Amino acid sequence: MNALLNLILTPLNYPFMVRGLLAALMVGVVCATVGTYVVLRGMAFFGDALAHAILPGVAVGYLVGGGAREPLFWWGLAAAVVSSIGIGTITKGAQVREDTAIGIVFASMFALGIAMISTVRSYTVDLTHFLFGDVLGVSSADLWLILIFGGLIVLSVLVFYKEFLVLSFDPLLAATLRLPARWLEYFLLVLIAVAIVVSLQTVGVALMVAMLVTPAAAAFLLTRRLPVMMILAAAIASASGVIGLYISYYLGVASGAAIVLTSTVFFSLAWLARTLKSAMLRGQVSEPKGVLQSDV
Amino acid sequence: MAFIKEKRKLVYPRQHAAHQAGAPILESKNLTVRYDSRLALEDLSFRLHPGERVAVVGPNGAGKSTLFKVIAGILQPTSGQVDVFGGGPGGHICIAFVPQRSQVDWTFPVSVVDVVMMGRIGKLGLFNWPKKRDWDFVHQALADVGLSAMADRQISELSGGQQQRMFIARALAQEAELMLMDEPLNGLDINSQEQIFDILGELRRRGVTVMVATHDLDQAAERFDRVLLLNHRLIGFGSAQDVFTTERLLEAYGGHLRLVQTGSEFLALGDTCCEDGEE
Repeated sequence: MNALLNLILTPLNYPFMVRGLLAALMVGVVCATVGTYVVLRGMAFFGDALAHAILPGVAVGYLVGGGAREPLFWWGLAAAVVSSIGIGTITKGAQVREDTAIGIVFASMFALGIAMISTVRSYTVDLTHFLFGDVLGVSSADLWLILIFGGLIVLSVLVFYKEFLVLSFDPLLAATLRLPARWLEYFLLVLIAVAIVVSLQTVGVALMVAMLVTPAAAAFLLTRRLPVMMILAAAIASASGVIGLYISYYLGVASGAAIVLTSTVFFSLAWLARTLKSAMLRGQVSEPKGVLQSDV
Repeated sequence: MAFIKEKRKLVYPRQHAAHQAGAPILESKNLTVRYDSRLALEDLSFRLHPGERVAVVGPNGAGKSTLFKVIAGILQPTSGQVDVFGGGPGGHICIAFVPQRSQVDWTFPVSVVDVVMMGRIGKLGLFNWPKKRDWDFVHQALADVGLSAMADRQISELSGGQQQRMFIARALAQEAELMLMDEPLNGLDINSQEQIFDILGELRRRGVTVMVATHDLDQAAERFDRVLLLNHRLIGFGSAQDVFTTERLLEAYGGHLRLVQTGSEFLALGDTCCEDGEE
């Protein structure tokens, strides 16, 4: 028991580890909350594309700031908002298929970002941080930014709960109820974009989509209620963040990868749990008909 | 539940247009919708009486869904106009669109009562959570369609007929005065269809005007006040007796309709439908 406690407490002696854990916790909650809508609306590819598309913004911040953290965040934020609205507009108005349009924007923006960063000599190290995260390099100022913007995101999702629900479940109803559907749609895209920037340091651009999708998908398998799904997703994502960081600390694995893989384990467990539950229900002959109409 | 209490009620833009006294519940004037170069609806003019039940019939791709979308104010006509209570439909939240069951994501994590409550959101406005009055509406609507016992079920647990009734309950919660139902009877067994007709009867007593897109010409003729025969153009609108003439049916369906002549009478044996394939 004592040994286990030690295992947990020892890393907390390092302030960078405490900051990293706090960041992972908050990012987990934020990503899982908006990630619920990403999963329900089938926007995983969009989320992945958006995460990659902010790289040029981060690059500008990197070149302008000369290594300072703050500019990265603000330029990243600007790029994310512009990209989300850009991709949103293209998917509406493009003459090609939506996923094709997203693919083009995503790859070009990503390439632009890499091109810009590659003009700096020491670029491989920094590029790695952008791509795969650097959660142990989180500063107190970063924590405040995550707290404020993450808090705003969660608050927005709560305040616009019923509007986002209708918009996602039945866009035609949203239109007949005269909700400002287009604005709500863009607003949701912007929330996803901000969530991505807030999480940038934790898992990086390349693995971001996992933070958005995996915990929410695991929660989707475990419940049939939207509020429960959001809470479960947040819990799974936070737990993945914390457990992943400990794994990273003890095994010397890259932190972002450890966090993502932990959430994948959670997803597998959720899948297993659901499969077992379905099998058990099927075994009960007395179960009234219609209960198992949809097996996901 | 009361997460944020706002004193003033923020209303969505363009909401709650006033109903003009004496104006018809629905009037379509030279309505034309063109997608790119294809004409979906051409020069449709007709007018509905309050509280009547109209069947909209026509072959697949005849423009039934397009017509409903224009009436619901979701789609702008290319030319001509639709007036609901004397104003454009875009200003009203009294029009309910009941979707085809095949177009709904039934795995979405919501319960029956959640879906019915969605109908109240237009009345609630931004930043307001449902109050007792809204819950009363929702529970009454569920009782009206006989789904009170299913209120907390996840929507995928419902049968086809129950799914359809849930959407009607949502339209009731919306306090809709004009309901547009896209193929509500498609793929339902006879019992479920009769339950829907019972509810339609109750709607008539309440003065709700209902437009139903259907493939079933028999039902259209027997169970509706008037039929609207559509194939991009308005081929006929009136009693089934007047509209379902051999000539008009052939004009609407071309060779896709089986007509059987029995003396001076004819029998239409239904068109070749449907997407759902559960005829």
